[in-house]
Amino acid sequence: MNKNSSTRLVEILEKDEVELLEDWMKVQLEASTLRPDLLSKSELHRQTSEFLSLFRIAVRSENWIDINTPEWADIRDNLDVISRTRAERGFTPSETATFIFSLKQPLLNRLQELDDDLKELVDDIWKITALLDKLGLYTTETYQKNREQIILRQREELLELSTPVVRLWDGVLAVPLIGTLDSERAQVIMENLLNEIVETDSEIAIIDITGVPTVDTLVAQHLIKTVSAARLMGADCIISGMRPRMAQTIVQMGIELGEIKTKSTLAGAFALAMKQLGLSVN
Amino acid sequence: MSQSKPLTPKLTIESIPILKMGDFLLVTIQVDMHDRLSLTLQDDLASAISKTNARGVLIDISAMDIVDSFTARVLANIASLSRLLDAQTVLVGMQPAVAITLVEFGLTMEGVRTALNVEKGINLLRDSLG
Repeated sequence: MNKNSSTRLVEILEKDEVELLEDWMKVQLEASTLRPDLLSKSELHRQTSEFLSLFRIAVRSENWIDINTPEWADIRDNLDVISRTRAERGFTPSETATFIFSLKQPLLNRLQELDDDLKELVDDIWKITALLDKLGLYTTETYQKNREQIILRQREELLELSTPVVRLWDGVLAVPLIGTLDSERAQVIMENLLNEIVETDSEIAIIDITGVPTVDTLVAQHLIKTVSAARLMGADCIISGMRPRMAQTIVQMGIELGEIKTKSTLAGAFALAMKQLGLSVN
Repeated sequence: MSQSKPLTPKLTIESIPILKMGDFLLVTIQVDMHDRLSLTLQDDLASAISKTNARGVLIDISAMDIVDSFTARVLANIASLSRLLDAQTVLVGMQPAVAITLVEFGLTMEGVRTALNVEKGINLLRDSLG
């Protein structure tokens, strides 16, 4: 039975490949998921014909159960490329998967013309559908993997970019925070700051939150933790860049900053630091 | 390898030395603290402060990689009891990792004064005692 459906599919693919290609293109062009703005017609045509010729070779292997076998390696590579380019260009998952799923209609139409026996027809449809579903899911999986990689790369870049500890004066450090503070970033900032305090023997650290868009309970908690840890080590922290709106939110939410010193500007915090160290600028 | 005899004899320390430096007492903890050792230190320090009329106590924990909650509590207790005996306590040289762990546990040791190193700690004590 397996052999029959395989030979029939090979027959369809070999006999009228050109027509099948045209039909498949037509289905894809009519589909609502078509993105002419992201992928040109000629490129789509190239992808479609390339896949079809590789598909013809692969179905000859008569192994339709497992697409992770070497016979399907070329198809998998081909789909990898298609999914990756589509993920990078901003296709949605369904727009990407439709590429494979849209092959069902032209293929099954032809199968209907070939098969007379209803039982055999149903059997063939079942097998071809299962195969195309597997390939469709494979594109979605690859698409997702690529998207995750893009996100991961951006996250790492962001983490590295966003946590510098600068030395303002002998014994005075500053951390200019920019962007939203999540737990992971707050942890990295805390570790960087504390290590720098030990390395430079700095007595005062200024945490500048001018670039932090909003302060919620979580951000406040992270700040309090950092200040407490620095205090345990023997360093004083000053928080600068406190805006009027932020002060209002903090008060309204009932966040207790305790004895943490806050200043509205970095300049004010620096002046306080100099005063605490008994230094002055002429 | 015999089970009954350990290969290296385990070094057990009964107490931590307390050094007198003028008006101050200096304690440098360089071993892993266990509960009994912490309590011994607390007792020894209490009697040493009253015996020497010390005005300040410096506890250097820069060599400690791990401070458990019990040790942290004992250190806080030492600060409180020395205040009752009219001596200031300064905890110096806490490692970043230790500080992060204690804060995560919620042990911020309010009321214990801290400094980055022994030198800064002594300066702090001198300044506050006038």
